[in-house]
Amino acid sequence: MSAVLEISGLTVDIPVAAGDLHAVRGIDFSVDKGETLCIVGESGCGKSLTSLSIMGLLPKRAKINADKMQFTGTDLLSLKERELAAIRGNRMAMIFQEPMTSLNPAYTIGNQLMEPYLRHKKSSDKEARERAIYLLERVGITAAASRLSQYPHQLSGGLRQRVMIAMALMCDPELIIADEPTTALDVTIQAQILHLLAELRNEFNSALILITHDLGVVARVADKVAVMYAGKIVEAGTVEEIFNQPLHPYTQGLINCIPVPGKTARGSRLGSIPGIVPTLIGDIKGCSFRNRCGFAHDACDTNDPFHTLNPGRGYRCTLDVPACEANAKELASA
Amino acid sequence: MLVYTLKRLFLAFLVALTVSAITFSLTYLASDPATAMAGETASDADIEYIRTLYGFDRPITVQYLEWAGRAIQGDFGESFYFKLPVSTLLFERLPVSMILGVCAISFAIILSIPLGVLAAIRPNSFLDRMALGISVVGQAMPSFWLALLLILIFGVNLNLLPITGSETWKHFILPTIVLGYYATPAIMRLTRTGMLEVLGSDYIRTARAKGLSLPVILFKHALRNAVIPVVSLAAVQFGFMLGGSIVIESIFALHGAGYLAWESIGRNDLPVVQAVVLVFSLFYIVLTFLSDLLNAWLDPRIRVG
Repeated sequence: MSAVLEISGLTVDIPVAAGDLHAVRGIDFSVDKGETLCIVGESGCGKSLTSLSIMGLLPKRAKINADKMQFTGTDLLSLKERELAAIRGNRMAMIFQEPMTSLNPAYTIGNQLMEPYLRHKKSSDKEARERAIYLLERVGITAAASRLSQYPHQLSGGLRQRVMIAMALMCDPELIIADEPTTALDVTIQAQILHLLAELRNEFNSALILITHDLGVVARVADKVAVMYAGKIVEAGTVEEIFNQPLHPYTQGLINCIPVPGKTARGSRLGSIPGIVPTLIGDIKGCSFRNRCGFAHDACDTNDPFHTLNPGRGYRCTLDVPACEANAKELASA
Repeated sequence: MLVYTLKRLFLAFLVALTVSAITFSLTYLASDPATAMAGETASDADIEYIRTLYGFDRPITVQYLEWAGRAIQGDFGESFYFKLPVSTLLFERLPVSMILGVCAISFAIILSIPLGVLAAIRPNSFLDRMALGISVVGQAMPSFWLALLLILIFGVNLNLLPITGSETWKHFILPTIVLGYYATPAIMRLTRTGMLEVLGSDYIRTARAKGLSLPVILFKHALRNAVIPVVSLAAVQFGFMLGGSIVIESIFALHGAGYLAWESIGRNDLPVVQAVVLVFSLFYIVLTFLSDLLNAWLDPRIRVG
């Protein structure tokens, strides 16, 4: 089966006063129909810029490059703005992190929901309206028909995010990108929204890229995981592989930080990874994680190899698999 | 929306009442109407006679109520100087001020909003710098000086446009430009700032993610939100143009209501001053009311609770 989205060697550079900020430093991934890829990483690791670059929504001054950036066989980088706009909101759609501010306060929910459908499907108002009502019901909003005439400020954050999801689904996209869709929501609502996303991905059989910093989210919905650190993918694999056999010390650290009921002692300090992310301005020689890594040695100063174990499974480290597994045991028992 | 409108209307009514009371009492505090009416050569007895004849000796509240009662019916009394009903004078002079005001605010809006939008789309571009230049010059240049400059160029040297009077539409071109240009910088800068802020907002990113075309993003999604503060500013500017254009009216010998007020202040012609100030205040109140309604229409957060 051919991938919905296939990316290799993607870089995003942003010129700043001190030079070029290499926000994304050559990443590869692909996502298939009906598959959920989670991109995990902390703030500033380049995961949001990655998603924006796929949508072609990067700020104008950002420079984007890739060896390959294919969406269902079309090279996205060669498209003109007008051609890209015809795909955006139609065949690929995006759900953003901030439901409170992502809807225009001046227009009704109905107006904003119907907009992409009217634009891309050249449908009648009636059809678009029916589609909007159907999807609002589908995302679990009661009294859907009457919601169409409501304004964003009349809805709660959770409802607004449901509206954003319905809006993304309007044109039945092949690819949905959700950039931290639950970060701004209450914990109880988070679970509902995640459950909904997973359910809808199955129903509409689209590919889903979920960007998050929350490993709990990853464990619940992901098929594949890519862990990003300082603009690079440091580990990739299926969700089972990542949780059962984390190889990169950063992934291992992240998993160790998750408090486990019964296991994490009451009142004990929550886990953390000491240190901060290196500056992304200019080149980084060697491994970018070495200053926070307990297992760093001399080779890390110069080398930063990516080992591909099998297609879709790999990690970036100077150590071999047995050594990495031993590190994982040591970290977990610490 | 109905509740909002009624609330605003009630507020406008209260403001009108307050303004009329202040207008009336201030003019009485400023000078003695009986002395003004009697003229410079009158004896004390004459002044006393006029004071009782016209009822100026009664308490000010009684006089105010009588004046307000007649004003509601459109009767502002008689001008001391012209010996004509004030309403006749107003009826003659107001249209000139209104035409000038409407033309000037339209000119300002048509010039400043597109420029503000363009400047915001490409900040720091050549166009943005040009717009900045236009607004800095507009802010720095006294309008009477610009008026004289235009008269010199278009009226005297090129002999294209008439420079005094108000007979044809051509007479209004230069005053419109001068008065409109005066309001342009503020409106343009506010449009630019508003657009810049809105264009960086999350819902514009959403609109782009939906694949909407640039005109739809700019005019449907951005401008409507950016223009909300501009409406209130333009309303105040418009009010100012209707009433405060005395300098422009006198330079171009447009005999509008602002000019009438200025003349009447010099002549101590109290009924005229009171009427003009009241009418202009009412204009402001109506304009503020209308801009509130327009803003409520633009921004549902105001009208839908």
